[in-house]
Amino acid sequence: MSELIDPAVASRVLGRALANGGRFAEVFAERRHGLTMSIDESRIEAVQSGAEEGAGVRVVEGGTTYFAHVDGLDPADLERAADEAAAALRGERREPQELRAVATTPVPIERRPEEVPAERKAALLRELDERARGQAAEIAQFTSSYAEARRQVAVANSDGLLTGDDRTRTRIGAQAVARRGDAVETGAETLGAHRGFELLEDDPGLIAEQAARKALTLLDAGPAPSGSMPVVVGGGFGGVLFHEMTGHGLEADHSQKRASVYVDKLGQQVAQPLLNAYDDGRLPNEWGSDAIDDEGTPTQKTQLIEEGRLSAYLYDRLTAERDGVGSTGNGRRESFRHLPIPRMTNTYIAPGDATPEAIIADVDKGFYAVSFAGGQVDPATGDFVFGVSEGYLIEGGKVTRPCRGATLIGNCLEALMAIDAVGDDFFMKTGICGKGGQKAPVGTGQGHVRVGAMTVGGTEL
Amino acid sequence: MTELSTTAAQAVEAALGAGAAAAEAYASRETGREVRVHGGEVESLTAATQSGIGIRAWIGGRVGYAFGTDLSPAGVGAIAARAAEAAAVADEDEFAAPAEPAEIEALPGLSDPSVASWSTAEAAELALSVERVALAADARVAGVEQVVYADSSERVAISSSTGVAGEFGASDCFAYLQALAEDDGTRETGLGFGLARGPDGLDPEAIGEEAAARAVAMIGASKPSSRSCPVVLDPTVAASFAGLIGGTLGAAAVQRGRSPFAGRIGEELASGALARHDDGRDPEGPASAPFDGEGVPRRRTALIEGGRLHSFLYDTYTANRENRASTGNASRHGYRSQPSVSASNLVVSPGELSFEQLLRSAGDGVFVTDIAGLHSGVNPVTGVFSVGASGRAIRDGELAEPLREFTIASDLVAMLGAVEAAGAEARWVPFGGSVLTPPLLIGSMAVSGS
Repeated sequence: MSELIDPAVASRVLGRALANGGRFAEVFAERRHGLTMSIDESRIEAVQSGAEEGAGVRVVEGGTTYFAHVDGLDPADLERAADEAAAALRGERREPQELRAVATTPVPIERRPEEVPAERKAALLRELDERARGQAAEIAQFTSSYAEARRQVAVANSDGLLTGDDRTRTRIGAQAVARRGDAVETGAETLGAHRGFELLEDDPGLIAEQAARKALTLLDAGPAPSGSMPVVVGGGFGGVLFHEMTGHGLEADHSQKRASVYVDKLGQQVAQPLLNAYDDGRLPNEWGSDAIDDEGTPTQKTQLIEEGRLSAYLYDRLTAERDGVGSTGNGRRESFRHLPIPRMTNTYIAPGDATPEAIIADVDKGFYAVSFAGGQVDPATGDFVFGVSEGYLIEGGKVTRPCRGATLIGNCLEALMAIDAVGDDFFMKTGICGKGGQKAPVGTGQGHVRVGAMTVGGTEL
Repeated sequence: MTELSTTAAQAVEAALGAGAAAAEAYASRETGREVRVHGGEVESLTAATQSGIGIRAWIGGRVGYAFGTDLSPAGVGAIAARAAEAAAVADEDEFAAPAEPAEIEALPGLSDPSVASWSTAEAAELALSVERVALAADARVAGVEQVVYADSSERVAISSSTGVAGEFGASDCFAYLQALAEDDGTRETGLGFGLARGPDGLDPEAIGEEAAARAVAMIGASKPSSRSCPVVLDPTVAASFAGLIGGTLGAAAVQRGRSPFAGRIGEELASGALARHDDGRDPEGPASAPFDGEGVPRRRTALIEGGRLHSFLYDTYTANRENRASTGNASRHGYRSQPSVSASNLVVSPGELSFEQLLRSAGDGVFVTDIAGLHSGVNPVTGVFSVGASGRAIRDGELAEPLREFTIASDLVAMLGAVEAAGAEARWVPFGGSVLTPPLLIGSMAVSGS
C-alpha cells in the first residue's frame, strides 16, 4: 500500500482536505488493472486491457460529505482532489491525527492471472466453446467471456488510519443458444471467485456444458404458470432471493431514511425460526470477500437473521456513526470515483436440515425455480421481482416439465415469513449487484429453500 | 489542433509504432458535479474530473483494445503497446477494420453554458427545491429518499490511421428523486425526473410534483386478477421496451442469430400507423453527437415505417459483414469501452390520441406506470419477457384503482404487432438508452396477479 500512496504525502493531503474544517477526512487511492476477452462464433474477440489509477478525497462536516476525485496518483493529483473537496467548506483548519499503518492480510492469490500468458486464456475459451458445441448439434450459438481484475487500494484518514488491500478476481461466463425448428432457448452459467488463475485449473469447461444443457432443456419447455403457489428455489444463486428481498432493506442507508420495510424491526420475528442468515465478507476466496472494506474497516461476519428474528443492519462508517454503533465493514465503493455506501458482501441463508428431495416431495402443485437471471427490489415498499432462467412445474411432489419465461413477484415481508423449509445442500455463487449507480461483486448462497406461497407470472393464464 | 486531438493523434502513431497495421484512438476529458440532498440538507457534493484514452489496434484482421488514464506520452505509449498485444491474442476476422473518414457536419447546441455559469450552491438549491415541492405537493408524502442532481461537460476527440479526425463538446444535466408516500401503514414510492443539457433547462416544480403524484397515486394498491387485457404503457415504460427492441435491431445481434427480428426486413410487423427511427442528430436528443464512437457521422435511420421493418443499425464492422455502409451507430460508454452497435436516440412516432382518448380506446384494462426486473425478465434472443409491474386499473375508459405486484408478459415481436395506438404527446426518457416516446396502447397482454 505504501507503493500506492506515500504516508508523508497522505498526511499532507489530509491536512489540505481539512484546511477549511471538517470532522473527518479521507483519501482513497486505487490502481486497477484488468484483462477481458470473449469467444463468439468460435472466434476470440474483444480482447481488452485496462489500467487506471486515481484517488477520491472526502471531507465530512455536519451531515454533508464533500467529495472530489481525480485520475492519477501523483502528489499533485491528490492535492488537487483535496483542494476541490475542501473548496465548499467555510470553517477553521483542523489537523489530522498522525498516521499509523495497519497491516492487513489480502485474500491469498496462488497464481497471478497477469503472469499467465494471454494465449492460455484464449485456449481456455476455445475449450469451453468446443465443450458446449459438443453437447448437441442443436447448440446454434455459444459465447463465453474471461475476466481478470486486480484492485490495489489504500485508505488514509484523519483519525490516523493508514491501510490497504490487494484484490484479484477472476471470472468466466458461458452463454449457449439452442435452436430446434422455430424454438430458440438460452442457457447461462458463471464461475468466479476472489482468486487467481488457480480458479480455472479444475474443470472450467463444466460451465460451458451446464449452460448448453440449460438451453437444451428449455427447448422442451412449455409456458410458465401464473398465479400464487408454493415455490421451491434452488441452491447457490437462489440466494439472490434473500439478497434482494431482505439484504438491501438491511443496508443502513435505506433504513435510516425509512426507505426500508425493515425500519424499526430489529429483534422482531420476520421469518420462521428455521431461518438463519449472514453477511460475511471474510469467507475464504469468495467472490464478495475482501480483507477490508473501502473505508479501511476489516470485513466481518454479521448475523442478519437469527432463528427468524432480525438481528442486525449493515453499516458503513457514516451510517454507523448516525446510529451510534460500529461499522460492520460494509462500506464499499465501485472505484475511487465513487463514495462508499453500505453494501452486502457475501450474503446467505445458512444450511438447514431438509434434503432437496423432501422439500419438493411436499409440494402438490407448485413451481421449481432452479436459477435466476437476476432480481430487483424497491427496499422502501419491499416489492420484488425475479426473472427465472431455469424453472420447472412441480406436480404431485415431482418435478415434471420445464417452463420458459417465468417471473417471481411479491413483497419481502410476506415472502420471507413464508419460507417454510431450508435445505442442507448449501453452496455459494457469484453476482454483480447494482445500487445507486455503483456495481459491486457479491456472493449469494443457500441450499434449496421453499416459499409457501409466491406469485408466479407466466403467460399461461 | 487541441491538446485532446493531439493526444489522440499521438496515440495512433504510438500504436503503429508498437506493431499495429492500423489504429484508432478515442480520448475524452470530462468534468462533472453531483449533489445529493435529503431532509432539507445537502448530503453530498461531488466534484469529478476524469480523462482517459481508448486505443484500438489492428494487426491484419485481428483487433485489440486497451484503455487507461495516463495521458502522458509515456503513458499513452504503454496503452498503445497493450492494444497491439491484445490484438495478437484475437483471432483473424476479415471484416475487422477501422472506419473510413467521412465529412463530419458540425452539430451546434450540444453544450449549455448554464452548466458552467451555475454555482454549486445554485445547483444544490435546485435539488433542495425539488425536495420541497415533492413534500408540499400532498400531505401523504412522508419523505423523499434522496434528490440527486448531476451535470457534466465532456470533450471527445477521435483519430485514426485511416484519416478519421474529429472533436466535439457536449454537456448534460439531470435531476431525479424517489418520493415516499405513506397512508394506513402502507408505503409507496414514486419517481420524478428531468433531463436537459444544463440546469437552465430543468423544471424543479415538474420533477418534484411528478414524484409526489406517482407515489400518492399508488396508495392502497392491490393485485389485479390474472387475465389477458388491453394495456396502456406510460412513456417511461414504453421507453424501456423501445430500448429493448432497439437493442435487438442492432446488426451484431441480428448477424449472430441472437435477435427475434433476424431475417424479417420488409415484413409487416405492426399496424401501418407505427413508425420508429433512430436519430443521432436530433437537436433535442440527449445522445446526439456529430459522429459516433468510431468517427462515423451520426444520422437518421428509419427502423419501422408503415408498420414494416425497414432497417437494422450498423457500425463499421457489422456493415463490412454485409458490404454496406455504417449507419453511424457505434456507441461507447466512455473511453473504457470499445465501440459496439447500439441505438443513439430512439424515436417512437406520436399518434393522434390524447391520453384520455387512449384510455377510452382501451376500455377495460391496465395502465402500467412502472416496471421492474427488466434486466432479468427479458430474453433478448427470443424476445420473450415477463416483468414486474405496477400502475392503475382502466375501467370504462377511465383510470380507476391503483394496482401493484403483478407481471406483464409477452414477447417483443408480438407486442409490436399488438400496438393499437400511440398517444399524441411524446417525452424524452433516459431509460432503455435515450428514447422519445408517447404512451402506447397494446391491444392485449398477459397480466398475472392474483
